[in-house]
Amino acid sequence: MTELTAAYPVTDADLARLQARLTSAAADADLLDVAYRLHDTPLGTLLLAATPRGLVRVAFAVEGHDAVLQELADRVSPRVLPAPGRLDAVARELDEYFSGGRASFDVPLDWQLSAGFRRTVLEHLAAEVGYGATASYAALATLAGSPRAVRAVGSACATNPIPVVVPCHRVVRSDGSPGRYRGGEQAKLALLALEAA
Amino acid sequence: MAAPGKLEPVPRKPPFDAVVTQHGPAVLRVARAVVGPVDADDAWSETFLAALRAYPDLPADANVEAWLVTIAHRKAIDVVRAASRRAVPMAEPPERQHATNLDMSTDRDAGIDPDAGIDLVAAVAALPDKQRRAVAYHYFGGLPYADVADVLGGTATAARRAAADGIAALRLTMGARP
Repeated sequence: MTELTAAYPVTDADLARLQARLTSAAADADLLDVAYRLHDTPLGTLLLAATPRGLVRVAFAVEGHDAVLQELADRVSPRVLPAPGRLDAVARELDEYFSGGRASFDVPLDWQLSAGFRRTVLEHLAAEVGYGATASYAALATLAGSPRAVRAVGSACATNPIPVVVPCHRVVRSDGSPGRYRGGEQAKLALLALEAA
Repeated sequence: MAAPGKLEPVPRKPPFDAVVTQHGPAVLRVARAVVGPVDADDAWSETFLAALRAYPDLPADANVEAWLVTIAHRKAIDVVRAASRRAVPMAEPPERQHATNLDMSTDRDAGIDPDAGIDLVAAVAALPDKQRRAVAYHYFGGLPYADVADVLGGTATAARRAAADGIAALRLTMGARP
């Protein structure tokens, strides 16, 4: 009986209103395990996701945002909801970074998607390779305390869950070529060019 | 337990956001039909908040729609109870107010005869409770009658009969429309 369904029209505005109310109630009840928003940048639309502990994932469009949300549901918590307000600070800092007005990020990070040696590598990278600088995979391996683990450093950078904010784009091959990047080689080159300007 | 090295397809639980997007409209229709437009937002919100709380424990292969309608059923009862505690005597019976409140939203909806929508909504509101719920859970919630029976109590045959009686009454109303 389609006439019956048509008698109860549900508009996009209805759903937007209810979704915002749900997000707010979920936050009040401590049920907002993964908050996310989409954010437009010069590198395309980024998906930003945070747990109550901090920023847990930055994803490029080429990764497939639906696939990333599914990954977050699998690995962090299935309680995933859009909650733009939770990511306002990150979005603002990214805007400042892309306009050349910010050299480092100071939002809290949740490292849970990166474990063991990979996490050690990324923490050294975040702390020791600053804006405008680059490091080779070998140099980062040395910084992380395992000079021979160059390939493992490559994997750590290629699977960095928080790209841009954790600056794996600053890690390049010894021959100067950019190397693998989650957002694609063009994105890596664009970030290096931005920081060199 | 699967033999080592032999991968069985593991159903993946979608992010809750996808559940809201997929089932939110149906649950809102159920809520509007069962508790009326004024309390529908409350019933919807309570339903999805309770679902969000329980979601990590839901088996990945569960029928999500039936699960949501079951929660919506309980929350609708809570919301109606709360509303009746709040209620003060009013000149206009709730069914009439129910229809009037939908005036604006149906008028905006092009392609649907707004009068027909209002008549139908009023006719649904006038159905006996069990018929109204059976119609809502089956036609809006998409539940098979066996699941409707699980929610309402009684047998699948009784649920089918309640929905059929409800639809017959609605058709009568629609047929009588000038």
